[in-house]
This record gives sequence, structure tokens and C-alpha cells, in this order.
Amino acid sequence: MHISNLLKVAIYALKRNKLRALLTMLGIIIGVASVIAMLAIGQGSKKSIQDQISTMGTNLVFVMAGSQQRGGIQMGNSGAVNITVKDMDAIRADCPSISDLSPEVRANGQAVYSNKNWPTSLFGSNTEYLNIKKIEVGSGRCFTEKEVKSAAKVCLIGATVIEHLFGKDANPIGLTVRYKKIPFKIIGVLKPKGTNTFGQDQDDLLLAPYTTVQKRVMAITYFQSIQSSAINETKTKDAAAEMEQALRKSHKIKEGAENDFTIRSQDELVSTFSSISNVLTILLGAIASISLLVGGIGIMNIMYVSVTERTREIGLRMAVGGRGKDILMQFLIESILLSVLGGVIGILLGIGVSKLIGILMGWPTVVLPASVVLSFFVCTVIGVFFGWYPARKAASLNPIDALRFE
Amino acid sequence: MVGLENKAMNKTIIEVRNLKKDFHVGEVTVRALKGVDLSISEGEFVAIMGASGSGKSTMLNILGCLEKPNAGDYILDGVDMAKLSKDQLAALRNQKLGFVFQSYNLLPRTSALENVELPLFYNNKVKAKERRERAQEALAAVGLSDRMDHMPNQLSGGQQQRVAIARSLVNDPVVILADEATGNLDTRTSFEIMALFQELNSKGKTIVFVTHEADIARFTSRNIVFRDGHILRSENVTDRFSAIEMLKNLPVTDDIETS
Ligand SMILES: Nc1ncnc2c1ncn2[C@@H]1O[C@H](COP(=O)(O)OP(=O)(O)OP(=O)(O)O)[C@@H](O)[C@H]1O
Ligand SMILES: [Mg+2]
Repeated sequence: MHISNLLKVAIYALKRNKLRALLTMLGIIIGVASVIAMLAIGQGSKKSIQDQISTMGTNLVFVMAGSQQRGGIQMGNSGAVNITVKDMDAIRADCPSISDLSPEVRANGQAVYSNKNWPTSLFGSNTEYLNIKKIEVGSGRCFTEKEVKSAAKVCLIGATVIEHLFGKDANPIGLTVRYKKIPFKIIGVLKPKGTNTFGQDQDDLLLAPYTTVQKRVMAITYFQSIQSSAINETKTKDAAAEMEQALRKSHKIKEGAENDFTIRSQDELVSTFSSISNVLTILLGAIASISLLVGGIGIMNIMYVSVTERTREIGLRMAVGGRGKDILMQFLIESILLSVLGGVIGILLGIGVSKLIGILMGWPTVVLPASVVLSFFVCTVIGVFFGWYPARKAASLNPIDALRFE
Repeated sequence: MVGLENKAMNKTIIEVRNLKKDFHVGEVTVRALKGVDLSISEGEFVAIMGASGSGKSTMLNILGCLEKPNAGDYILDGVDMAKLSKDQLAALRNQKLGFVFQSYNLLPRTSALENVELPLFYNNKVKAKERRERAQEALAAVGLSDRMDHMPNQLSGGQQQRVAIARSLVNDPVVILADEATGNLDTRTSFEIMALFQELNSKGKTIVFVTHEADIARFTSRNIVFRDGHILRSENVTDRFSAIEMLKNLPVTDDIETS
């Protein structure tokens, strides 16, 4: 039989039992739709984490005082106080892959304005910090090099602090806020960045020259960290390596001894969190695949029923010249048609459901073309695999026994 | 009675020698055919008769290449069955044989025309247009030109059997094999079907017809009687009936009589 005729016969057989065909396909439809939707949720969460991390800074590479445990991902500041201006200068001199560079110091306390106060962090940095951290000045201005040198009592203010001290949409430029009794003149307002994936409010801060924070607020000479930008994305690894060399030299660490500082890059964070979402995606996909498998078994079941029901038809077809392989192909094509049709409907439904989840629940979802192609492919395989045994059974019937079948 | 002249019976279509067929059911062996010799020439209309269980259907199934004998030779139109594979047998059935069954065996929810087309679907040499035309011709030959788009459940038993006969004709076979083709039909319809077979035979079709009804066998040209797996006797029908004549004489009351 020609393939076009086989297809016609298969479509015809399915049309004869529309409801049953639909119910059989339902297993595949639900299976494929849930695989697509689950993968879309997994991919969506991965992408949103990546986006969030990328808002943390530009090709960020940073150094923290204290060593990390080998192999661990502990990132906390262990209280070491060994990063200083000397290290800044060393990095500035020996790291060609780094463009912007800034120290970071951070004080915790209350910001006070008239009778209101608000617990927030006061960050200290130089002027390059805004570029590194992708922070923008909304109105007013940033502090200058001169103000850094002179440890000027000026600051930039985040939206959350404004809201609690001055009220929403107030313009606090020119006003003075007190932090640990030190008066800071507000010279600029930071553009809001919102809350990041880790639940941190990125607008809850004051930013002042690091010299001011070091000398006037905290009375320290070290930095908690040094933040920097690599000259481009591909250079972050080089930048981290150069930085390590420069710091080992400036800290006079002997060969073979462990670092007494920790270098991290944005890249590393992205890959760490991406691998977490990948695991999540695989897990969701695997659970959804089980329903696809169940759908396949449903097809197999119905194909067996169909072969038994149509035993006399098979006998007749053989009597008038149908060969074993004609019968095999007839039933195989029928099951492939069921699963592929179910697959296509499932893909459309899956895309729809993903969009709906995105809109209703506010979860980010990303339908990858690869998952669509894969689902389609898997459906074809399911059709062949689960259709094979029933079709084989049909083809191996003896024409006389089939004709006599009651 | 009409004198339907026998055609020049020179070409042998079916040649069977010492054919044996056993069935094994559990411990028991049923010897359905115990060495049958048979020869049928082109243009013959043969009735195979005999008591129930005498091996008629078994014989016909072997003649139809639906079943293989345990021993013996069967040569159909010059081809030795024993040498053919399963697929070759299927191709042979497709090109040289036509079947008519007691229970019609039409595909349900499939139009008469499409049922008749079925054998040609398995012949790749026949294109769609030719397939349709040949099926229409075959339906016209059995007098169902006006029922081509009817489904089997919209047709009477006799009409369904006509569709089945059209299906057996459509591939222009060398022989038509019919097993109790009138078994499910009333007398009048049976005669109508026999009239159709006689008409086909008069045009030169070779027909082998299994029946256990003696009055049906009188429409054929030769009766072969089976008993217990053997051929008891084979005799030419001398006073052959014409089904058309018989239909004319059939009392009209027959239609409402319970038989
Ligand atoms: N598939 C089978 N398995 C076992 N035994 C069989 C099978 N087919 C036929 N037989 C046996 O072979 C013998 C001949 O059967 P067959 O069907 O040829 O008889 P028949 O002459 O057609 O009878 P009837 O007029 O009742 O149809 C019977 O004894 C039957 O039981
Ligand atoms: Mg029988």
C-alpha cells in the first residue's frame, strides 16, 4: 500500500471513533502540555535569576577579606580586616583586565531626619562604584573625586529611605540626614532598582564617599571588599586571576599557601544559580514526563483494543491481498497519528498554559523552541514504541483465524 | 432449464494432488483432509458439497491460499503454492483470487464503493482513478450502481452479498471462491445471488462454490461431494437449473411465508 493510502486508512479509522481517539490523545496532550509548561517555568526562573544577577553589576569581580573554605561556596565576611588602600593600588597597577575599581565599606545604623528614623545601611565607595554596581543617579549629582579626597559629609539616597524619612515622592535634595550623629547633606537621589531575587531591597541604602564612612562613621582603615568591573564579559576570568596574583603579591603570600582573601565574579554566581535552576527544570520535566509515559501506555492499550475489535477486518484485508507489513504499517501509522496529533495539541496547550501562568501567577516563563522540538520528537517515538506491539500482533495474525474471529 | 454450454475446458486452473490437512487441538489431531485429488478447468462452476465437518471449508481455504496444506501439491494457474512465501501468497490472492464469504465481511461504516475498492488498494499498479472506475464497473455488474455511497448497514443482506461479489470481481481474478455465500439469505435472495453467479460464469468466470444445499448446487455445472476428508464423488450436472427461470416461477406468497 502507498503511504498516502495508509494515511487515509488511518485517518479514516480514527474518524470512525472520534471520541475515543480524543480521549486516547488526552493522555499525550496533558503529558506534553505539562512537560512544556514545567520546562517553561524552570527556564523562566533561570532567566529571571540571571537577569537579577546581571543587575547586581557590570561584569562584576570582587574581593572579600578572609579566605573561603576550599570547595565551599561560603561567601560571608569572616571578619578579616586585611584589605586596604595598598591592595587597591596593587590591583590598579597590575590588573589590565579591570576597568572600574572601587572599595566598599558598609555601616549599619539608623538614618535620622527630624523626628523620623529608619534602619538602613550606609555604603562608602569612590566615584567608579556607580558604574560597577549599575546604580544610576535619578536626580541631583554624585559626589566628586574631590569630595572623596576631603571625606565630605555628602550622600546619595535610595528610594526606600526617602519614603520612610521624607514621604513618598518627596525631593530631599539639599536636606540633611543624620547617620550615627554625623550630618550628611543629600546631593543626589538613586534611581530605584527594586527587590532582587534574594529578597533584598536594593533601594534601602545611603551612599557616601568611602573616606567619609571609614573616618567619620566607622573609624576604620580597612575595606570590607573591593568591587570592580572587568573590561568586558569575556575578561572576568582573566580579571579574577590577575587580581589574585596582585593580592597574593601585596599580601606577601608564599607559594603553596592559601589565600587570605576571596575573589568572586558575577559569572560564577550566574553559573551557580543557573545550575540550581537546571536541576529544578530537570526535576519538573521528569515529573511531567511520567504523565507523557502514562499517555503512551494509554495509546498502547487502545491500539490493542482496536486490533482485537478489528480482527475480522484484518483477516479480510489479508484475504484480499494485504501483506503483514501493510497491516503493521496501518496500525503503526494510526498510533503515530494519535500521538503526534496529541503532541501538537499538547504543545499548543503547553505554550498557552505557560503564558497563562506568566500572566496570572506573575511567574516568569520561557518556552524554549528546543523543548517544543523535543516534545514533538518524543511523541513520534512514543507512537512508534507503544504502537509497535499492537501492530505487530495485528500483522502476525493468521488470515483464516482472523476471519473466523468472533 | 437452459443449455448453458460449457466453455472449451482445456485450460486447467486448479490442480490438486493428494492434499492433506491436519489440525492439532491440544492432544487431539483432526484430519480434515485425507488426500484429495482435484482438477478444475477454466470456465467451470463447481459446487463443493458434503455434510457438516466433511472438510469443505478447509478445502476452499487452501484453494484460496489462506491456509497451507500439510502435504500434497496445489497448482493454481500454473503456480505451485508450496514454493511461495507469505507475502507472495498475499500478492497471489490479490491478483488471482476473489472471495465471497457467508457473512459478507464488509468493512463497517465504509461505503459500498470503498468496500469494493479495497483489493485494489493493495495493488500498487492501480492508481486512484482506475481504482474508482473499476469499482464502479464491478458494482454496475452486480446491479448496484445506484447504491455506491450506501453504508453496509443501509443495505439488505442480499445487497451486501452483491457488494461482496463486486469486491471479489474487481481485481478480475482467475477464480472466485465462495463459502456458503447464500447461507444467510432467504430462498428468493439466494436465487438472485445464484443468478448473478450464473451470469458471471456464462461470461467465462471460474467459480468454486461451497454449499450444503442440494437445490443450490443444481445451479452449478459440476458437483463435488466431500465425506470425511475425501472426495466421495464428482459428477457433472446434467439438468442444470437457470436461476432466472426459477425466480420467475417462484410463488409471490413465498415472500411472506415462514419457512
Ligand atoms: N482451525 C481449526 N482447528 C481445529 N479443527 C478444525 C479447524 N478448522 C476445521 N477444523 C476441523 O476440520 C474438520 C473440517 O472442517 P470444515 O470447516 O472444513 O468443515 P465443513 O465441511 O466446512 O463444515 P460446515 O458445513 O459445517 O461448514 C472439522 O472436523 C473441523 O472441526
Ligand atoms: Mg464450512
